Amino acid sequence: MNILGKSISELRYLLDKKDISEDELFNFFKKRISRFNPKLNAFLTIVDKSKSNHVGLLSGIPFAIKDNFCTQNIRTTASSKVLDNFIPPYESTVTKKLLNSGSIIIGKTNMDAWAHGSSTETSDYGVTKNPWDLTRVAGGSSGGSSAAVSSYITPAAIGSETAGSIRGPASWCGLVGLKPTYGRVSRYGLIAMGSSLDCPGPITLTVKDAALILQIIAGKDKFDATSSNNKIPNYLDSINQNKKLKIGVPEEYFYGLNEEIKISVMNSISKMKQMGHQLKKVKLLDPKYAISVYTIIQRSEVSSNLARYDGIRFGNNRSTFAAEAKRRIMFGTYTLSYGYYDAFYKKAQKVRTLIIEDFKNAFKDVDVIIGPTMPITATKIGDINKYPFFGELMDKLTEPAAEAGIPAINIPVGLDKQGLPIGASIMGRWFDEETILDLANQFEKETDFFGVIKKGINNYK
Amino acid sequence: MDKYKPVIGLEIHVELKTSSKMFCQCAADYFGKEANSNTCPVCLGLPGALPVPNKKAIEWTILIGKALNCKINPVSKFDRKHYFYPDLPKGYQISQYDEPIASHGDLELVSNPRHPRGVRVGITRVHLEEDTGKLLHVGAETLVDFNRSGVPLVEIVTDPDFDNAEDVKVFLEELHTIIRYLGVSDADMEKGSMRMEPNISAMRYEIRAKSEKKLPNYKVEVKNINSFNFVKKAIEYEIERQIDLLKVGKTPAQETRGFDSKKGVTYTQRSKEEAHDYRYFPEPDIPPMTFSQKYINTIKVPELPQNKVIRYVHQGLKYIDAFTLTRNKKLSHLFEVTSLKIKKQDNVKVTDIANLIINKKEYINLSEEVLYTKLREIKNPIKTDEKELDALIKHLIKINKQAVEDYKKGKENAIMFLVGQVMREMNGKADANIVRERLILILKSKK
Repeated sequence: MNILGKSISELRYLLDKKDISEDELFNFFKKRISRFNPKLNAFLTIVDKSKSNHVGLLSGIPFAIKDNFCTQNIRTTASSKVLDNFIPPYESTVTKKLLNSGSIIIGKTNMDAWAHGSSTETSDYGVTKNPWDLTRVAGGSSGGSSAAVSSYITPAAIGSETAGSIRGPASWCGLVGLKPTYGRVSRYGLIAMGSSLDCPGPITLTVKDAALILQIIAGKDKFDATSSNNKIPNYLDSINQNKKLKIGVPEEYFYGLNEEIKISVMNSISKMKQMGHQLKKVKLLDPKYAISVYTIIQRSEVSSNLARYDGIRFGNNRSTFAAEAKRRIMFGTYTLSYGYYDAFYKKAQKVRTLIIEDFKNAFKDVDVIIGPTMPITATKIGDINKYPFFGELMDKLTEPAAEAGIPAINIPVGLDKQGLPIGASIMGRWFDEETILDLANQFEKETDFFGVIKKGINNYK
Repeated sequence: MDKYKPVIGLEIHVELKTSSKMFCQCAADYFGKEANSNTCPVCLGLPGALPVPNKKAIEWTILIGKALNCKINPVSKFDRKHYFYPDLPKGYQISQYDEPIASHGDLELVSNPRHPRGVRVGITRVHLEEDTGKLLHVGAETLVDFNRSGVPLVEIVTDPDFDNAEDVKVFLEELHTIIRYLGVSDADMEKGSMRMEPNISAMRYEIRAKSEKKLPNYKVEVKNINSFNFVKKAIEYEIERQIDLLKVGKTPAQETRGFDSKKGVTYTQRSKEEAHDYRYFPEPDIPPMTFSQKYINTIKVPELPQNKVIRYVHQGLKYIDAFTLTRNKKLSHLFEVTSLKIKKQDNVKVTDIANLIINKKEYINLSEEVLYTKLREIKNPIKTDEKELDALIKHLIKINKQAVEDYKKGKENAIMFLVGQVMREMNGKADANIVRERLILILKSKK
């Protein structure tokens, strides 16, 4: 039985037909983890077989979970030594929903410590390597989750995005990565980074898998006051709507890019036109404003969210924080201080409101907006040191959507000359995951993502 | 001494007796529970846990605001207040900064008989926050108990409208009564469910007189006082201490002081942080709240003690009696329901009911029926024909020799038997107390 590269929907079919047993499936991935993880450093904690107590859509499907989701009785570190020994006494809502649908947590994945970064290089447990080129980073902060799916040591993974942390590594590893609308998926049990921005989401091999997982994890949670009451549509139906859409193309997102990325993304947009969609230029605020807003808001929230690690509980004191966290705590403490709050935090919130208005206006004319996900392809390990605001620069194009809270999905659109994946982001209206999933699925059916995902996996036979 | 005028404002914390805590499902009633048994990921501040606000607590804060004549703000939000302390698990307290639930209120101390001139105290704001855990110092070790962490806490802040300790005491007693009337807190000072912190400073009369708005350039907060008398004493002590310093040209230090109730003195605890050290910012985990006028209108304030006093006086009660009755919800309730029973022919007046309830403390647990019957009996004593009574008693003593013997041997019960006999013969047309008195008198004379 050839399991390699099967999506979770396909694995579901094989399990249902009894072509393969749950144990066989689990052992298949377990073996692959032993084989490939030492090279990649995608997993921080590998979980021994835990037979699921539930039967559901995901029965027997192994999942990799980013290590900032609290998993009951499974060590959860957020890749920081501060939480080196932390074993949560409770389950995050996202993992609880996955477990209730029968899935199996196969391990916890590496990330930038506290999700502070875009390359997994700030992890206290070492960098996660890009399966496409082991001298390069997988991206971040959900780098472990992306590398694990790309090398097929897990069929799907959960990541979290504050600004780019799902779509960025999905782009650099050549995968589908969905950041849902803020509030669509509960944050309960997700170790907070930027509370007003954090979104859990799936990293998958296919759009259908992303829809399937969103179906399970979406919804109002009585433990998260910011989760939305909006009705949950049937995402598996919505991916097959085959709607002809008005696609917005914002010029501002194509400045200062690597030329190959520009060409690849433009080619894909042309492809969409050929598929019968209508293209339309849209004018958006220059994403550079989003960098300032993001830097202030996110660091302010970080300085507050990390205050609880005061050395009294969790076993490790504050000297255990690594440099990046310390920098962000200091920056955020400064921007919230008296006399600076108005100049920084408050002003940033006002600009954030403008960004939201900007998208609202744009979505009056178009159904979706598309642009490149990352300005360059995966960087070499160590390049982070060349840029003091590495993350912010890398996440420039993903930040506006994150700040506005709109949904966005990364899809692979090709490879550069070095053979590294290039991704595009399709952004949609608030709570309209249906439309971006529909377009992404149409594009997948039409192009098979130019074979990118399969090629990635085939490097790990 | 009379050259300086004290300027005093108050902060009062009241723990709400909702069934669950402010932001989680744990019980709000933590008293007497095993340490750290009344906790969950939220009130322990575990990584990833999120606060979900308690609707009832918000409703009750609006109720307190309305009772204190406040403006209920249609838009309100929670903020994070950052400071480090081991009993604060998140490193910040979820509180309210610039958009409290209620503000701009007042409380008039018109109903206090000790206060004939009446004083209006401005209520700056009423806001909702969460309580902290508790530190226990055991030998050289300090332990933390998070059972109290996250209990809903209402903070009431007054304007600096007081200039003497007596007014403060009167105000606090009135506020305490109101809170208990509203039924939102036990306001039990022993258990710490009501805590009072006076802010005290003083300045020269002529400066204060020129502009009432001008405040001294320092302020001393006295923390953790758990009785009204101690608040009064602490303020009196502080006023004297500060004026002594001012007189010799010194400015008292801006600080937080404690109160030693045994010695009756205050002492330095720590220098006070300024508000800007708290790095307030809007709590991103809780969306802002909006209250429609329709919703605010559904929250009804019951008749408050100060209004009851006025009503009772109109009904004919003496001021002091009206005041006494309204200090306790149970007392005023008993008074009111008993008053409803009044029938003209019974010769009972509201003042009779008031007197009986006030003077006979043991009656406050009686039902209004029993109370009213007693009162009717008192007001309509049965007339006793004394001649007939004496004759009957003498007759009964003769035919109940055994009972008389028993009585003489000291069996007190025997007298009750004889009283019963008399009452039966008189067909109830006698007052049992009088019968008893006469019986004893006659028996004694026969010795």
